[in-house]
Parts: sequence; structure tokens; C-alpha cells
Amino acid sequence: MTKKEERLKKQQQIMEEKGIIYLDNVTKSYSTGSPAINGITLSIHKGEFVFIVGDSGSGKSTLIRLLLRELTATTGEIYVMGQNVAKIRHGKIPQYRRNLGVVFQDFRLLNDRNVYDNVAFAQRVVEVPNREIRRNVPAILATVGLAGKYKAKTTQLSGGEQQRVALARALVNKPSILLADEPTGNLDPHNSWEIMGLLEEINERGTTVVVVTHNREIVNAMKKRVIAMKKGIIVSDMEEGVYNDEDDEEN
Amino acid sequence: MKMMKRINTFFYTMGQGILNIFRNKWFSLASVATVAACLFLLGVFFALVANVQHIVRTVQEDICLTVFFVEGTTKEQEEEIHEAIDSREEVLRTDYRSEDEEWQRFSRDYLHADVEDFPGNPLTGMDQIRVYIKDIAKQEDLAIYIESIPGVKLVRRSWDLANVLTAINNLISVVFVFIIAILLVVSIFLIGNTVSIGISIRREEINIMKYIGASDFFVRAPFVLEGMIIGLAGSSIPLILIYNGYNTLLYYVKDQFTVLSNILDFLPVKDIFHFLTPVSLLVGVGIGFFGSMSTIRKHLHV
Repeated sequence: MTKKEERLKKQQQIMEEKGIIYLDNVTKSYSTGSPAINGITLSIHKGEFVFIVGDSGSGKSTLIRLLLRELTATTGEIYVMGQNVAKIRHGKIPQYRRNLGVVFQDFRLLNDRNVYDNVAFAQRVVEVPNREIRRNVPAILATVGLAGKYKAKTTQLSGGEQQRVALARALVNKPSILLADEPTGNLDPHNSWEIMGLLEEINERGTTVVVVTHNREIVNAMKKRVIAMKKGIIVSDMEEGVYNDEDDEEN
Repeated sequence: MKMMKRINTFFYTMGQGILNIFRNKWFSLASVATVAACLFLLGVFFALVANVQHIVRTVQEDICLTVFFVEGTTKEQEEEIHEAIDSREEVLRTDYRSEDEEWQRFSRDYLHADVEDFPGNPLTGMDQIRVYIKDIAKQEDLAIYIESIPGVKLVRRSWDLANVLTAINNLISVVFVFIIAILLVVSIFLIGNTVSIGISIRREEINIMKYIGASDFFVRAPFVLEGMIIGLAGSSIPLILIYNGYNTLLYYVKDQFTVLSNILDFLPVKDIFHFLTPVSLLVGVGIGFFGSMSTIRKHLHV
């Protein structure tokens, strides 16, 4: 067995035992103030749909940034798809991120390009041949309900449509995990529900979905796993959970 | 298949680099203008200095040592001395003038008469060799050497003019290096700053690319190409302007100031551009390359 095969086998083993995302006593401190994340241990399994809820400053977004390897943990270890995230070299981070789809509250689209180019960009970075890009992009745009708008500039779209483009871009490379940081934060209730419907569909097709949100109504209606955070620690973790008032209160 | 992917990526990044210029047309224009302004100054100054140096060099070429012989030296001995001087490395060319030739020239040029109008040659015993030197700073050393050759009576030097010209030439060289260095530093600073501002504006775009999983090369290549194209455009514009401007000026001086153009020998435009074209293009493209390369590095750690 080659070294690479051995490593892959080990990663597979960790993923099966501990989950597709596994945090082991992770702390993240910045230079000032108390830690943003304080000794979190957490396991998310393949195919799960998880909400992470909590008030501002609870550490939700830091958690997403740690998973994206934008930040590194001060102490503890993070495993994503069996890989120890801290041990990924700078040059290998792009390859790691290609397995994670990511959606943000502010969409983060390339506003000087049209819908098609925004989605195609994700394929180009992974060097998908043009022929396949021309096939894949319209298909994923159809999935998110934007088949007719591929030529439109992103600035001409509504918030809901922009988030769909972001979602299409996150999904076009068929990632194993989708991280959504407040995906409905800038949307009206109607669009919020549509986006959540799409996330559920994506999850049903096998993608692990982690959604950081403030949207109590959606969390409570969807009956998914809910992890509540407060001041950098997990205060509750419930299957088919709800977003309680006390989760959002200051101590 | 892998090769095909690479080719796709190569053309995509090239295309993006060119598109970026049009997407950010105001920033691109500002950058091109900065590069062009800096290199225009550099080019104008270079043309000026090159001409001054050329004129000094032309004047230097007319300066020579005049070698006279001891009375009774035979023509064969004079020939040997001539050969010895000619073989020196610092000698540009020599011109042997016999007493008769010299008298003929003198009577024609200064007396406007024929030698036959005079009873004899007043320049008898004035056979001479005129020695033109490559670098007049070495005039004194050569004069001392020639004086040491048996049969040589006197070496006449062009002291003052030689010293003044050497001093002017040295001063111009120092000032040239100094001003060019300052202009280069200022250019690099200004252009680097402009490129840096442009990239900072697009920091968000770079962040998005990195989140999606773009490699450093993929993010960097279009920006670097963009910088290089801006540098190329910025260095071509002053070259075109200086070329046309210089030619127009030369014709104007020739037409309007005939006396001046007879005294001063200006460099032809191709001599200036023989050096200026590669240097300007290299500086422009180099600054664009290194400016965008170094600025973007700061934003890649996402």
C-alpha cells in the first residue's frame, strides 16, 4: 500500500468513527478578550443537516472560519473528512476548500460578472474542461431555479436570487459539506424559506449541511439537529431541536 | 487530459487578465498614466544626457597631441616612431603630416595662396604626427610615453580643453546615474502604489476566489498579467511620444537654427531608441510584474 493510500484509509477511518466534521476540545483565542471558542468538542456525521444557533459573539462564525481553514485553532484539533485541518499546508488549502461549499449572508458574488460566470468560476478553479462547464452550469442553475437568468449581472438580481447564485456556485463542484453562514440573514421570509427548501433538497441528495442562523422560525419549523452556542461554548445539542429563547439570552 | 486542462486554465487566466483591465478601466487608465509619466521623464532626460555626452565626445575627437621630431631624424626613423605610437591601445587614429604637406595646408587655409608664391618652406623641420586619443583623460600618460621615444622632440598637448571636457563628461555621468536612480525609485514607488490601491479595491474579489478554492497561481496570474499589460502600455506611450517629439525637434533645429546644428552634432533618433526602447519596456513590464506580484501576496493569506 502506498503512503497516499495509507493516508486516505486513515482519513476514511477517522471519518467513519468520529464524523465528517470533528472538533476535539477546540479553543480559538484572539489577541484581546476572552476566547471566541472555548474548548468545543463536536461531531457531525456524513449526511446530517445541522443548525448552529446563538447570539452575536457566541462563536458561530469563528467556527465556520475554522472549518474553512481561514483561521487555525489555538488549541485542540479539527478534523474535516478525516483530515487534520491544522496540518494542511498553505499550498494545499485550495484543494481542501474545494470539498466544502460555502454560502455567506452577503452572498459574496463577483459583481462584475454575470450569473453564468460566477458559477462557472468555481468549476474553472478546479480545472473542469470547458465542455463540461457548459453542461454543468446550466444544470445547477436549473436546480436553484435560475435557468433563465444566466446572462444577468448579479447586481440586477434580487437578494433571494443572488443567494441562489451563491448556492449554485457552492454546489456546482458537488462538495461533501455545505457551510452556510447566515444564508437567510439578508432575505425576506419568502426567499428565506425557498433557500432553506433548497438546502434541504441538497441535504437529501447526500451533502452534509451546516447552517449558522439567527432565524428562529425556520429552525423551529424544520426539526433538524440544533447546536446552540453561547460565549464560545456549546450550551445545547439536540436532535430535532428548537431554537429556545434562553439560547439567545445573555448570561 | 491534464495537459488540456492546463491549456484551458492558461487561456482562461490570460483572458481574465485582459478582461480585468476593462472591468477596472479607470484604475487601469490611472496606472497606465502613472507608468507613462514616469517613463516619459526618464526618456526625455536620457535623450538630453545622451546628446550632451555625444556632443562632448564629438568635441573630444578633435583634440590631439602633436608630436615633433628632433632635428636630423630620418624619414625611416619617423616612420618607426609613427608605428610605435599607432600600436598603442589608447590611440584612436594618427595622422602623419610632412613639413611640405603642412606648409601646403597652412598656405591654403590661412594665407589663401599657393606654396609656389613663396620662396621656401618656413615650416622646414616641422614633420609631425597628430595623435587622436580614445579617452582624453589618458592624454597625459600617452604624452609622457611618446616623449620617452628617442627622436621625439616635443609633444604639444591640448591641456585646458581636455581637462574641461573630462570634467564635464565625469559630471554628466555622475548626475545621469543619480537622476536616473531617483527617477526609477520614484517610478517604482508611484507605480507600485497605484497597483497596490487597485488590488486593495479588489481584495473582496480575491477573498471570494480563495474561499471557492482557487490556488494562489489562479488568483495571482490574471492580476500579474494585468500589471504587465499596464506596464507595457505605460512604457509604449512615452516611447511613441518621445520618438515623434525628438524627430520634430531635430527637424525644427535644423530648419530654424542652422548655425546651432552646424556646431552641435545631435544624435539621430535611432541611436537614442537603440537603448531607450528595451530599457523602457523592461522597466514598464518589470514594474507591472513585480508591483502586482508583491501586492497580491499580502492578500493571498485568506
